Amino acid sequence: MTQPNVSETPMQRDRAVTIFDRSKPGRRAATLPPLDVPERPLDELIPSHLRRERPARLPEVSEPEIVRHYNRISRRNFDLDTGLYPLGSCTMKHNPRLNERVAALPGHARLHPAQDPKRAQGALELMWLLQESLAEICGLPHVSLQPSAGSHGELAGLLLTRAYHDERGEQRTKVLTPDTAHGTNPASVTMAGYEVVTVATDDRGGVDLDDLRAKVTNEIACLMLTNPNTLGLFDENIREIAAVVHGAGGTLYYDGANLNAIMGHSRPGDMGFDIVHVNLHKSFSQPHGGGGPGSGPIAVSDRIEPHLPVPRVVRRDEGNGAAPRYDLDHDRPKSIGRLRGFQGNFGVFVRSYAYILSLGGDGLTEASETAVLNANYLLARLRQGRAGRYLPVAFDRRCMHEFVLSGRPAKRELNVATLDLAKRLLDFGFHPPTIYFPLLVDEAMMVEPTETETKESLDGFAAAVEEILAEAEGDPESLKRAPYTTPVRRLDEAAAARRPIVRQPLTD
Amino acid sequence: MLAEIGAGSIDELFAELPEEVRLGRDLELPPGMTEADVHDRLAGLAERNAHAEDEVCFIGAGMYDHYAPAIVDAITQRSEFLTPYTPYQPEISQGHLQAMFEFQTAVSELTALPVSNASLYEGPSSVASAGYLAIGATGRRRFVASRGLHPHSRETLATYSRGYGAEIVEVGLRDGVTDAGELEHAIDDGTAAVFLQTPNFLGAIEDVAALAAKAKQAGALVVVSADPMTLGVLRPPGECGADIALGEGQPLGGRLDYGGPSFGFFCATEEHIRRMPGRIAGETVDVDGRRGFVLALQTREQHIRREKATHNICTSQALNALGGIVYLAWLGRRGLVELGELMARRTAYARERLGALGGVRLLHAAPVVREFAIELDAPVDAVLDRCAADGVAAGYPLGREYPEHENGLLIAITERRSRDEIDRLADTLGRAVSESALSSKQSAEVGA
Repeated sequence: MTQPNVSETPMQRDRAVTIFDRSKPGRRAATLPPLDVPERPLDELIPSHLRRERPARLPEVSEPEIVRHYNRISRRNFDLDTGLYPLGSCTMKHNPRLNERVAALPGHARLHPAQDPKRAQGALELMWLLQESLAEICGLPHVSLQPSAGSHGELAGLLLTRAYHDERGEQRTKVLTPDTAHGTNPASVTMAGYEVVTVATDDRGGVDLDDLRAKVTNEIACLMLTNPNTLGLFDENIREIAAVVHGAGGTLYYDGANLNAIMGHSRPGDMGFDIVHVNLHKSFSQPHGGGGPGSGPIAVSDRIEPHLPVPRVVRRDEGNGAAPRYDLDHDRPKSIGRLRGFQGNFGVFVRSYAYILSLGGDGLTEASETAVLNANYLLARLRQGRAGRYLPVAFDRRCMHEFVLSGRPAKRELNVATLDLAKRLLDFGFHPPTIYFPLLVDEAMMVEPTETETKESLDGFAAAVEEILAEAEGDPESLKRAPYTTPVRRLDEAAAARRPIVRQPLTD
Repeated sequence: MLAEIGAGSIDELFAELPEEVRLGRDLELPPGMTEADVHDRLAGLAERNAHAEDEVCFIGAGMYDHYAPAIVDAITQRSEFLTPYTPYQPEISQGHLQAMFEFQTAVSELTALPVSNASLYEGPSSVASAGYLAIGATGRRRFVASRGLHPHSRETLATYSRGYGAEIVEVGLRDGVTDAGELEHAIDDGTAAVFLQTPNFLGAIEDVAALAAKAKQAGALVVVSADPMTLGVLRPPGECGADIALGEGQPLGGRLDYGGPSFGFFCATEEHIRRMPGRIAGETVDVDGRRGFVLALQTREQHIRREKATHNICTSQALNALGGIVYLAWLGRRGLVELGELMARRTAYARERLGALGGVRLLHAAPVVREFAIELDAPVDAVLDRCAADGVAAGYPLGREYPEHENGLLIAITERRSRDEIDRLADTLGRAVSESALSSKQSAEVGA
């Protein structure tokens, strides 16, 4: 017998076992309704050449085994309900449980998407109210809730831009994105059939106006921008930027990932943007679910409106004091068409509308204020001590809801990479910030605490960073092997890329 | 906190916002509400929807009223699954990564294709994603799409095609299934992909293997949109020559949710693994040799490859896909087969009952599993209204998307629809058809 490895945590000792590994012939969980119609031979119903010969090798497990299995593996996740999750650009704010309760009401959860609009008036009214709320928050009058995520909203925005220029008989082939942009921006540009042109960042962290002027031509269809940008900085030149792009006939697209910084203070529409996407899973509290579901509604100006995706949710006023009627409008000849099936991620709309009702206009404004306060407070704490020395802020300005540190001094002086610091934070019970983004900043660490963290929680994070940097001064090698206490330790990602194993081989 | 920052007020923190872009007033939204009041307000809206708990639901058309066991909610509502972000830090994301790996294994088994991703947004946009892959794989820009493909899928493919630049040729149906002759004629050496759906939108099972042959010869990819709930009884796309199999995941334990969120599944042959859209989990080991899971092949993705990425999608529908694997584990190997057989028999019964009604004809006689189409000798909207008044959501009217079947009706029989409910549908529909036919005849006479 081998000696027990006493340095392993109980979770580490509990090696990964899949639901397929647990399968035993004959076990099952489901009970199906009995056959209550004549038992016609299957051959009479479906010719044998169209039928499956070997069953799919799904696991054979009982209900208690399923519950125990997924409960066990769930504990191998870190989650927002357990601790601080300051992942920059992702807005990991608290997910109110009320929202889950109202989304699960049968009138929402068991409403068929093809129900006649006459018999889905509550759902359509909710969608219309959410549209109106987002229009007010964004300062743009027309909203489509259809896009399923931020990336989907971006694609929609670019297709809208294309439809807008096509109608005017203009052939434009290029889209500008700053070098600080989220990766989805350039990827969406290519997918929408445009070519990417990158705009430089100036020494204050904003769009380099000279570079912008040099690159804006009549071939430019659109500029995609985040404001505050991915450095957490508000671009003060936004009106000038808008004037340059509009002057050349382009549209201005707002990536709403950072909307949480400015709600009730400033609106993309007032800055000059034509098209905005909103991440309901960021600013409007939809749980991230391990990467989805989300929702990426778009708000647009009057000139873009005719091209919005179908169907549109509309309110028809009946007059004579009668209650208004809500409907789906499919008859939109200038529309770009559908982006997906049915009406969008309605379950997310319910949660986000519940969130907007809970906070109200004042509450949303206060949420942004607190998000900015928390970020500036945490930045102030991290300007002190070892963090201030080894992890200086990339652009020395007041930040909005997030900020970017550079681990370059830590790398140079301590030989400790941002990745090592991030991995060690895991042992301290924190999710690390976003790392190595934006690409512009060397050894970047992008921190977004959100408004739902307390001062104590921010202090705890700052103290952990300080302690880790002290460790790094004493024994930098120990950080390179971190984490130590997580369910598994550093994983071989290179092997997974070289020889990918993307499903479990099954023997019978 | 302000003192620590060195600011005198919150307003000072917003000092960098130029005056001309400040809102300068309060948001015109109602003041905040208590939790109880928000609950009641939303419950009030929910009450104004006719849902599958209130009426007997025979509507399908892409999303279905199947039974989702309680364990799906119990597991997906756990904080540990509900509240994390995408698993960028694998050491503390093994739960979701392992669930993705299990999901991929299960879906790969269902479709009989070796590579699955961790899910996409939903069904129809997955079809459009396959188009993007096909352009990259073949260098061609023409699609051939069967009219049996879900109308939402065809419309979404058309929307995306105007962006990435592709032309679509539509092939009609004959006797309920894709017209094989017309399909053969439409395919040439400029065809990037052929899009089929089985069972198709009208419920008919397509002979994918036969239809795929010409596409293969021409070097086009065969993309099959499949219904996962039928794959217990139907020959899987991977055994019929499909290069890509994809579809809507809602039936696998998902809620109806008025259309979303759900997930799309996406599988392909090995050849296309580096062109796949979306997240893919892969198995590996940690520094001590423990089995573990990571996001594999990230160099395909937007956060690394930017404008050269295989897709712009950022995430999977991780929580919905988790519900999918929990559901498939619950159903199990035999359950999926039994469910398919039960649906096929109940649907056959329903088809026979409805086909025997006066004023009702079967739209096609092709084999089906869970859904079938009929035509009415009466205005379909009036019939549906009458059925709804009797508590029966009788089906999906085909007229808008298939004008050639102006009074066509698509009817779905999930395992939740008992024989008694099918009998009730037959009685209600039969009565509604004769009453509507009569009243439309009367109004026509009055009009004349």
